Formats: sequence, structure tokens, C-alpha cells
Amino acid sequence: MLRIDRSTFDAIVAHARRDHPDEACGVVAGPEDSDRPERFVPMLNAARSPTFYEFDSGDLLRLYREMDDRDEVPVVVYHSHTATEAYPSRTDISYASEPFAHYVLVSTREHGAQTGLVDDVVEFRSFRIVDGQVTEEDVELVTPESQP
Amino acid sequence: MAIEVRIPTILRTHTGGNKTVSGAGDTLGALVDDIDGQHPGLKGRLVTDEGKLHRFVNVYVNDEDVRFTGSLDTAVKDGDSVTILPAVAGG
Repeated sequence: MLRIDRSTFDAIVAHARRDHPDEACGVVAGPEDSDRPERFVPMLNAARSPTFYEFDSGDLLRLYREMDDRDEVPVVVYHSHTATEAYPSRTDISYASEPFAHYVLVSTREHGAQTGLVDDVVEFRSFRIVDGQVTEEDVELVTPESQP
Repeated sequence: MAIEVRIPTILRTHTGGNKTVSGAGDTLGALVDDIDGQHPGLKGRLVTDEGKLHRFVNVYVNDEDVRFTGSLDTAVKDGDSVTILPAVAGG
């Protein structure tokens, strides 16, 4: 199960809305072995594409150096789909290489440019992707105070 | 002195869980062969059957992505720091 606080959840959804129709991507870093996504790090989609995302290689190196220095790991790796459901694509599965990360998929296909209307929905789902196997998991929204 | 190679989580199954290994070589390709000798299986995760770097991994010598410096032919020397990171990408 992914336990994530409301403000981080909202930040991911806001990033996906902002970059629509291109895919948005980023990580939420957290202390090693904690499984707590704490530090929201939106990344630039170097592909700037509605069907592909990729961290710029220089950004990737800086991100991992920074996490190393802080004893953090990428607890969540997120990206958006802008025309299809929030489920890992074959490409997502082939690239997935953080066996301990929660892969969050957000879909903005039904988002209505922040209309606030009833059908203005952004799907938010979380998966483990290990050795090519996708397992969906529950997402629980927590308030920071309720964290142990 | 040797060349330090930082290993990402997903490849640590080949290094007994170690985050860094060290090796020797004049080029990145020779270094990969050397560390594969100590940690069998690593090379197959980095280099394709055609002898090119996998598109799923990024390799940096010091701070330079080797895609821009000659890939496996990139020169390396004692004291250099090599970092391997899986690409974060998808569709």
C-alpha cells in the first residue's frame, strides 16, 4: 500500500494538470527504508511529449546525488498519461528499474482544464513493478500528523 | 588507486548488495569487463549483445554522460568516479 499525504498527492495532480497534454514526471523522495514519500521533486520531461517521458540525464544524476547526500531513495516515481488510463504501459514496464518504488500513474484524460465540474477527474493509481510484473496497490491519504 | 563505480539498487543483486565496486581499465568498456569478472552478470545488464550500452541505463564518468563522450570507448583512469543509473523514462 502507498501511504501519501494529501499535499503531496495534490502536488502530483497539479503538476499533471499543468503539463497536460504533455506527460508530467517526478519523484517523491523519502528516507531510506522508511517507505515514506516526503520530499516532492517535480522533474522536467526532457521528451516534452504526450506519449513519452524521460528525465534529462544531467537532472537524473543531480537528483540521485542529492538523494544520496540526504540518505534518501525515490519512494515514489510518478508520471502522467494524458490520453489513456492510469495503468503502466509496456514502455513503462520495460524501463521500470526501482524495485522498491511505488510507481504512481496519473491520468489527465478526463481532466477538464480545472473546471471544477463533477466530471473533472484526474485518476491516481499506484503500482509495484518488479521483474516486469505489475501489481496494483491501494493508495491511502494520510495527514502528516498521523504518520508514525 | 582504482576506479570507483557506483551501482544502482537494481544491480546490487550482482554485487552482494554493495553500493560501490572498484575496478580498472583504460576505457569504460575495459572497466565493465573488469568489474564483470568480479561480479558476473553486471555486463549483461549494461551492454547489449551488439556491444552497445543499453538504452535503459545512463553511465557517467565523473559528471559526464558517456553518450556524449564516446560511450564504451570513453577513456577512464585511476581516481575517476563512474556512476551507473537506470534511466527514468516510460510512455
